[in-house]
Formats: sequence, C-alpha cells, structure tokens
Amino acid sequence: MEKIGSAGNYGKKVRSDCKATLQLTKSGGLDIQLISKVEDYFGKHIISLAKEELKFFGIKNAKLKLEDRGALDFVITARIEAAIKQIVETNKEFLLPIIDQNTDQTSKQRYRRSRLYLPGNTPKLALNAGIHKPDGIILDLEDSVAISKKKEAAILVRNALRNVNFYGAERMVRINQLPLGLKDLDLIVPHNVNLILVPKCEHAKQIETVNNRIKELNNQERNIWLMPIIESALGVINSYEIASSRNVVALAIGLEDYTADINTQRTDDGRESFFARSQIVNSARAAGIQPIDSVFSDVNDMQALKDNVKISKSLGFHGMGCIHPRQILVIHQGFAPTSEEIEKAKAIVDAYNEAKEKGEGVVSLGSKMIDPPVVKRALQTLKMSGGNK
Amino acid sequence: MKKADKFVKNAAGRMVPTIINGEQVIPFKGINKYKPAHKGSAPRVPTCIEYPRDGNKIVKNLKQALKQAGLKDGMTISTHHHYRNGDYVSNMVFDIAAELGIKDLRWLPSASFPCHAPIIEHLKSGVVHHIEGSMNGPLGNFCSHGKMKGLGYLRSHGGRYRAISDGEVHIDVAVIAASAADMTGNANGVLGKHPFGPISFSKTDVKNADKTIVVTDSLVDFPCYPWEIMGNDVDYVVTIDEIGDPEKIVSGTTKITKSPDRLLIAERCAKFVEAAGILKDGINFQAGAGGTSLAFVHFIKDMMLEKCIKARSMVGGSTKFLVDMMEEGLTDYIFDGQTFGLEAISSLRDNPKHIPIGIFDIYDFHAKGNMAQMMDVIVLGSTEVDVNFNANCVTHSDGRMLHGIGGFQNCLLAKCTILAVPSFRDRIPVIKDEVTTLVAPGELVDVIVTERGIAINPKRKDLIEATKNSGLPIKDINEIKEEVDQICGIPAKPKLSDEAVAVVEWIDGTILDTIRKVEDS
Repeated sequence: MEKIGSAGNYGKKVRSDCKATLQLTKSGGLDIQLISKVEDYFGKHIISLAKEELKFFGIKNAKLKLEDRGALDFVITARIEAAIKQIVETNKEFLLPIIDQNTDQTSKQRYRRSRLYLPGNTPKLALNAGIHKPDGIILDLEDSVAISKKKEAAILVRNALRNVNFYGAERMVRINQLPLGLKDLDLIVPHNVNLILVPKCEHAKQIETVNNRIKELNNQERNIWLMPIIESALGVINSYEIASSRNVVALAIGLEDYTADINTQRTDDGRESFFARSQIVNSARAAGIQPIDSVFSDVNDMQALKDNVKISKSLGFHGMGCIHPRQILVIHQGFAPTSEEIEKAKAIVDAYNEAKEKGEGVVSLGSKMIDPPVVKRALQTLKMSGGNK
Repeated sequence: MKKADKFVKNAAGRMVPTIINGEQVIPFKGINKYKPAHKGSAPRVPTCIEYPRDGNKIVKNLKQALKQAGLKDGMTISTHHHYRNGDYVSNMVFDIAAELGIKDLRWLPSASFPCHAPIIEHLKSGVVHHIEGSMNGPLGNFCSHGKMKGLGYLRSHGGRYRAISDGEVHIDVAVIAASAADMTGNANGVLGKHPFGPISFSKTDVKNADKTIVVTDSLVDFPCYPWEIMGNDVDYVVTIDEIGDPEKIVSGTTKITKSPDRLLIAERCAKFVEAAGILKDGINFQAGAGGTSLAFVHFIKDMMLEKCIKARSMVGGSTKFLVDMMEEGLTDYIFDGQTFGLEAISSLRDNPKHIPIGIFDIYDFHAKGNMAQMMDVIVLGSTEVDVNFNANCVTHSDGRMLHGIGGFQNCLLAKCTILAVPSFRDRIPVIKDEVTTLVAPGELVDVIVTERGIAINPKRKDLIEATKNSGLPIKDINEIKEEVDQICGIPAKPKLSDEAVAVVEWIDGTILDTIRKVEDS
C-alpha cells in the first residue's frame, strides 16, 4: 500500500486550521477532495492553490483530502507541504510572497517588555496576536508543540513569519532544545525572523553553535538576535558568559524548569527563585543586555500579575513573557518608564534636537557626550511613556 | 397562493414583495418616511357573565384549553420567548394541534430557538403553515432552504408589538407561559418554581388575542401578585409539571467573553464612549447580556469607578453583573424587558429601582417618545456590516437565516449606536461591499468597532470631531475592509436563488429586505 502523509488539525473546536491527507497514486492525476466551512466562498481558490502546490513539488498523481476550518492560504500551503514531506524526499519549499510588513529588522536596543508566546502549531492564535500590541511575539516550536508535530509546526511557523502581519511586534521564534533546534534554524533563518530564543541554555558554547549555524544560513546578513533562556542551576551559574555571547540582546529565565532543577516548587512570592532571578539580572546588565523575567501563568488573576510585575521591575528586569494577550497592557504599564526616566529622556532628546538645529555633529548633555543609540533609546522611552496611560 | 408576489425596489434599493402570504404590504420608504396607521385589532369583546363567578378558569389540561378556545385550521397562535432555549410550552401546543388534526396554523412567537426544532416536523406535515417571528438556529435553517409553506416574516421586538397592536396580525389564541399564576389568570414570571423575569413580550398579545391561555407550573392562591398579566385578560388557566428549563435561559448570556479579541473590541467600545464625551454623570445606556456586551459594561464600570461617574439608568437584559453595579451605587435604575439569572430576577422582584419595562415603552414606533431614543449609547453585535454602515444580524454571509432581529432595529434609534464586530470570522470577512440582508439601514449606525480599527459614520461629524485626538485607531471603513480582504482574500458571492423565503420588516411596518432561498450545495 502507498504511504500516507498527514498534517494539520481538524475538528469541531479547531478554527483557522486545516488537515491535509495525501496519498500518492500511480495514475489518474490529481484528485482533490475539499471539506470546508468556507467552501462557498473560497472552495475554487483553495483547490487551485492545492493543485499549484502539488505541481510545484512534482506530484502528478495523488489523492489529497483537505479538511478545512477556515484556514488562510499560508496555513493550507504549510499543511500540504508538511504532508508531502512525510512521504516524498524534497528540499524544495512552497512559499507565498512575503508581505511588506515582515521585512523589517529590529535594533538591539528596542523594547522587549512583553513577548507573547504563541503555540507554533496553532494558527488561530497567530492571526490576531499583533493587534494586542506586544513588543514581540514568539512562535513557539518547543514545549507547546507535540513531538510528532515538530516538523509540520516548523513549516507553519516559517510561513507565518512571511505572511502574518504582526503589526510591528518583533518576530521571535523559540526553537527546540539543541541539537534538534539546529534543524529548526534551517527553516526559520532565511525568512526574516528577528530574534531566536534558545531554550534550556547552559553554556556559551551552545550560543556559539547557534550563531555559527545562523551565519551559514543567513545569506542576506540580516540582524538575527538571540535570547537564551536559562532554565537550570548550571545555566544560572554560566549566565554571564552566555549573556556576553555574540548577538545576544536579552537573557530570559524560565522558572518552571529551573525550580524543578533545584528540586523545589514555584511559589507565589518566588522566594525560591530570588537568587536565580537576581543573578540573571546581574549577568544581563553586566553584559549590557536586557534581563527578561519568566511568564506569569494565571491568566485570570490580573492583580497577581500586577504584583508580580512590580517585584520583577524592582529586581531590575526589563520585561517578562506573557501567555495571554490580556497580560500585555498590565506588563507594559508595570514596566513603563518612571517619571525620572522620562525627564532624563526629554533632556537627551532636547539636547539632540538643539545640536541638530545648530548643525553640530556631536551631541552633548552637560559634560557628557551622547551616542546615537542613547538618543534612540530616549526617544523610545518617551514613546513608551506616552502610549501607555 | 404565492408566498411572495409583485416585487418592487424599495427606498433602500432592495427588491421586496408587495404581497406576502396573500396580503398586501408596503415597501420601505426611508427612515421616518412612513407613519403606520393604528387600525386597532378589534379583539372579541366578551362580558363577565361568560366567565365563572368564582373566577376559577382552570381547565384540566392544555389540550382541553385549546379545544375550548376553538382552535381550528388557519388560526394564529402566539407565544413568548422568555424561556429562550429552555421553553417547553410552544412545542406542546403544536404537538396537541397535530393530535387534533389541525392544519395551516400561523405561529407568532416573540422568538424561536433551537429547542423548537421539533416544530420542523409540524411545518413538514402542514400543522404549521409558517412562522412570523425570529427564527434562531434549526428553524431558520429550515426556512432558508425554502421548505416552509408560507413566507417567513421577521419583525423586531418593537415591530411585533406594533403589528399586533395595529391589527396587522390578528392573534386567535395567545398561550402565555407564566412561572406563577392563580386560578383566574393573574400571572407573572418572577415567582414560582422556575422564574424567568418580566413577561414584557406578551402584554400586547393578551390585550389583542381572541383567547388567552395561561400555562403555569406553580399555581398560587388568588391573588398572584405582581400581576403583569391580568386575569381579566385571560380565558383559561392550565397547570402542567414544568413550563421550561431556567438553566437554558442564561446559557451564553451571562459570562464575560474570554476571547482576547472580543475583549479588545469591547474595550475599544468603552474607550470610544469615553473619548466621545458620552460617558458622563447621569448617562442612560443599554447594557445587555451576551459576551461582548457584558465585557463592554465591565470596561465602562472600571471607567465609572475611576472617574466617579454614576449612571441614571441602565437597560438590560440584566444579569447579576448589572445588579451588582446598582448595588455598588453605579446606577440609579435598571430597566428590564428580559432578565437573566436568579440574582437578577430576585432584584427585579424585590428592588423597586429595578423596573420591568414593557416593549411598547422602550421600543414601539407608536410610543409617544420611545425610550430607546433617549439612550446615550447602545452597543450591538452583527453578522455583517458594509462600507455604507448597513448591518445584518439575521443571516450569515452564506444567506442562511440563523438569528432573529430581537431589539436590534429598535436600538438603532439611540443617540449613539455602536456595532461591535470582529473584522472577520474564520476566513469570512464581516465588512462587505454590501450586506447580504439589510436589517439596519446605515443612516442609523454611528460607529463600527472592530479589532482592527474603529470606523465612524461620515454623517456623525460630531463624533469624528470629538474623538480625533483620542489616540484610538479610527480609520476609514474602506481601509479596514481592505486590510481584511488582504488577510482573507476576496470571497466568492454566495449561491442564492431568486426565490424569497422570508422578509425583514422595518420598525414602521414596511418591508426592508427579502431573504432568499439558499441553494443546497
């Protein structure tokens, strides 16, 4: 019997996804069966898209069943591609034209107060993630994706990086733990990812491995930043070395795994992780990068989140992860610049404007010279303070 | 007899029939361009000597009552929907009618729900000829496929009240489910085993029907007070084991949505209301049930607390959430035509500031003032909107009729009407070039709030001016549409035949649009 390839999800509760089931046949051409709730509107379009894709992969005879729950083109094509790659050896990639909004690069200094986790294999959550205005979105390939779904998730994430408008959020991907994560890079790096999260990082060597692989793949020489996640006792000990590695712009801590590693439980007041969190802040600040706190997992308790953010900011963190869009505003407000920070930023920007008017190349404030990144940061501070009342 | 005949183009540019189920109707002439005449329905006027001296009108069962009421072929039966998806009584009525071999009835519910799916069998067998009233779910689907013998006729809550009072629809037998009643027919919905709230929808039914039957599962000694339904309007009283399942009244209506996108939309509605200067002391607004509406009220509540603002009144369907707000001093009054949940029902019964309100007073086109007009803001949902701010709430984009009008059209008279909608559902854009079915003329829709931006009707220069520096994402509606079309692609037009299956009436009694048969795919 011929092999069957199958990818994606279908079911009553599934939305914006589709399941593709492919079986190669000896003859009879392409037989495409579509079951879709949007068939009346997009049925013809979906079938012609599927045909185009099968032809692209050189498949002339096959039975393809598409069970669709209102998936967009980038999802449908990802599911078909994943199904094909289960039964056909190929390195080709079926790509839709990249949208203009997803070609930007990000700066090292940009704000990363909130980064919203999105399960990499659940397209529904990605579609509107950007409208909630997180500083970054994380398309996750690690813990939120089942082992058997890793491959199809990576293809879907690749397509999302190209075709979903995240409305200015930094496009981040959390790859799998190394060495599996290196394979994820093949799919992700050439498609305008801004930042890669490296989970369960324990040694600077791992970051070097990731950097090297990125360099091989990154032929456009775009900025691809790294955010290692420290999730173990050893990682905490080595955190400065990791933080000082090339392209690392932020250092995050993952407390679920860390507390398990030191053989304790997470508590509300977080006493058990005080050392680790402080160490992360210290290492990151010493290396001149952003320390990022762990996620707060009770999405219904906004007051507890608020309290948590307060502690986090007082420890010196720059931001934290979130797992629900409603957490974003609370986090932004919590990490918002203080009035002192705002005053200072204003002074810097004023000095910059004055220098520009006078045509002076060097900006100074009092006796201090001000570098362009400092001005940029000050502008950002003002922007952030204005936008989150 | 043709279901619908002699089509003309009405003032909204829609092709509508001028003859429906054999009767002459008037096409839509424009907003406030037509004043319906009040002909009066001339119910049979009896005398007290025809009724028992002791006031005891109890008959042994519903079948007996229907027989004594003289039920026969071609009559019109009305019921109310205060039990929503938990109603038992309507199904019983038509099961009995079938047993009695009666045909061609017209059912005039104030709304029908998925629990009324068994009536499809009676539509097939000819016991029921057609339904005039909102059809939610399976009955709407049945009608959409052209299987109903007569033409469906959708009216708003206010429109139904008007049509009955004006004598346009004559009720032969009104069957009123009441959670408590006495032997003479005094009845209410707030006492008894299974209370549901006010019986506002039925007040015109009992005044204009030839015969009225009160059905209850909690018979109390005379007098049953409060007596929203007066025994003097009632012919027969029937007791049965259970009139409905109160659990199913509230399903899906009393919980704040958890969807982050819908919360964002609700939050934007609240911020818009604040930015436009509408949220101020003494505000009167509609704060209905349902996920997004409730979320809107939730955000408004936070703003009220922050700015020390108190409302003068809020209009339900109220829930525990509204009652809590009144108890916290955030509003002086709650008005209710429907009530959801036991806490809200107790409040309605026990708190004189929680006022049951008749459909006439709040919604009827004949009311000398009409309270909906006095509302500062009302937030509504829709299935579709279009670039001219027209809206649809009865059919989906595929043309299938799955919802009723409810108070939707009546609420459009408010000072500021906001439609809160996602810009697309699954892959289907909600913002169209033209709505599939016209229910809300764009003239009366002020603001459309989506997760991708807020569009203000160009007619509302005052709102545009008031919110221009608010920092809210206010956009041209075409801009939002374009963005959505880029995400979803442009959908093909649904396959609809020319055959009419139902019409949408405007609040003044004219015909606003025609709902077409959906082709089986």
